[in-house]
Amino acid sequence: MTAADGAYAAADEVPDRIYRHSGLTRATHWINALSLFVLLLSGLNIFMAEPSLFIGQYADFDHPALHIFAAHGPGGSLIGVTQIGDAQITTTGLLGVSNNAMGHPVSRAWPTWMTLPSYRDLATARRWHFFFAWLLVINGAAYLAWNTYVRHIQKDLWLTADDVKEIPQSVVDHIKLRHPTGLAATRYNVLQKLAYLAVILVLVPGMVLTGLTMSPGMDAALPILPWAFGGRQTARTLHFIFAWSLVLFFIVHMVEMVLAGPVNEITSIVTGWYRVPKAHADKGAA
Amino acid sequence: MSQTPLMQRLATTALARRGWLKAGLASLGGLWLAGCDQLSGNPAALKVLESAEGLTRRAQRLILSPGQMAPEFKSSDISPTFKANGSVDPQDPVYLAHVANGFADWRLSVEGLVQHPMKLSLADLKARKARTQITRHDCVEGWSCIGQWTGAPLADLIREAGLKPEAKFLVFHCMDTMGGGGEESRYYESIALADVFHPQTILAYELNGAPLAVPHGAPVRLRVERHLGYKQAKYIERIEAVASLKDLHGGKGGYWPDRGYEWYAGI
Repeated sequence: MTAADGAYAAADEVPDRIYRHSGLTRATHWINALSLFVLLLSGLNIFMAEPSLFIGQYADFDHPALHIFAAHGPGGSLIGVTQIGDAQITTTGLLGVSNNAMGHPVSRAWPTWMTLPSYRDLATARRWHFFFAWLLVINGAAYLAWNTYVRHIQKDLWLTADDVKEIPQSVVDHIKLRHPTGLAATRYNVLQKLAYLAVILVLVPGMVLTGLTMSPGMDAALPILPWAFGGRQTARTLHFIFAWSLVLFFIVHMVEMVLAGPVNEITSIVTGWYRVPKAHADKGAA
Repeated sequence: MSQTPLMQRLATTALARRGWLKAGLASLGGLWLAGCDQLSGNPAALKVLESAEGLTRRAQRLILSPGQMAPEFKSSDISPTFKANGSVDPQDPVYLAHVANGFADWRLSVEGLVQHPMKLSLADLKARKARTQITRHDCVEGWSCIGQWTGAPLADLIREAGLKPEAKFLVFHCMDTMGGGGEESRYYESIALADVFHPQTILAYELNGAPLAVPHGAPVRLRVERHLGYKQAKYIERIEAVASLKDLHGGKGGYWPDRGYEWYAGI
């Protein structure tokens, strides 16, 4: 794209393939993906036991920030309602009311395919949730410790001064769905770095800390937790927001993976080897 | 001319392919869900998932010093309404009789592996040194309420009764059966010695300055802060010191633990 890129792309120094992801990064990536998936689905099941969110230390039942519930319509029919602040929208079929395994509409916050187990079961959902929460924490700690030690985070993810200057150009490239080639493709672009850093340093640690804040034992051990998040109920609300932010990240991650070449991208996160896309200059000359 | 059938064929193929893709994704999703549901009902798989509880308990016991207090609040932080959950209006005849005469004949029995078994009336309990605390009640469902509790510290009572060396847990036997069921649905809970001797563990007989009402567990309920709501047994009539929880009811040490919930309720 830039003159410098073209010059490098034409030269022989850009390898055909690079070893992009270390074994530890690949293993922790997949354990993380599985854990987050199970945590999301079991978390949504747990949410069904109290399908509302509040701000503060205690639940102000008359003023929920979010409430997903079933109302009774004419003729005893069930209507799914999602209330955010004072605004209510009808969400029958998806939120508040959806079909159970027998195909009958029932009152439940999320449809069966979004929860683990698919049926309402707080006790079992908590068992899944806390097992995979431990896995997520151990896995994440291994990733952070090792990749700080080998300076992967500092070298490959941390923003450089050039990265900051590139932000406007990178935004334009992303909007035009233009993907880097040649040498530029051997490193992460600035928006990609920001997305990964947000997940690694904000969203996942945020999930863990707000999750811990909901534990009465942890709040006794570390009273700074409920204080820092503005109360246990606020922490629960943030836990919910962080979870859906991770879902949003996952969607963008999948779209970018498909646009950048799904076979090459999946190969690289499985085997570590990434085929460097040829620069446009090569094709232009042909 | 011949393009039209071709286009149609291509379109049909694309549609068919999309249909396949959709069906494939749906069946993959269905398989995943069915698989997870099956694992959720499989005792061996559940045992693996339940292993996390031991890790949580050990980790929290490690960082929680014995006297470390649950956060306490100001009176201005008290919830406008304190939600009552679980049994809120027990219909068990013995309990109804106690309500009818204002708990005058109710006695709290301290028994099991103790040197000096005790029987206390509500007046006896109220005559003892009291502790008042404003704490947050966290329900396993996700909500919290803040209330002011007054009651007799459990540690004093148990020191007076004198635990035998083999005692490891205190079991709280309650007067309510959940959902009006039979004896198998009788409520009970249990706590470890670390929680028995914690300064905030009290036998509460007042909520927000008023005698404990029926929905909140009259005449006496347990407050064991640092644990979820289902540990805070209501309608207590008997405290039993035991060496093991195995022989009681479902063997897991509590009504909800017998039904899949964690016995260690600090999380």
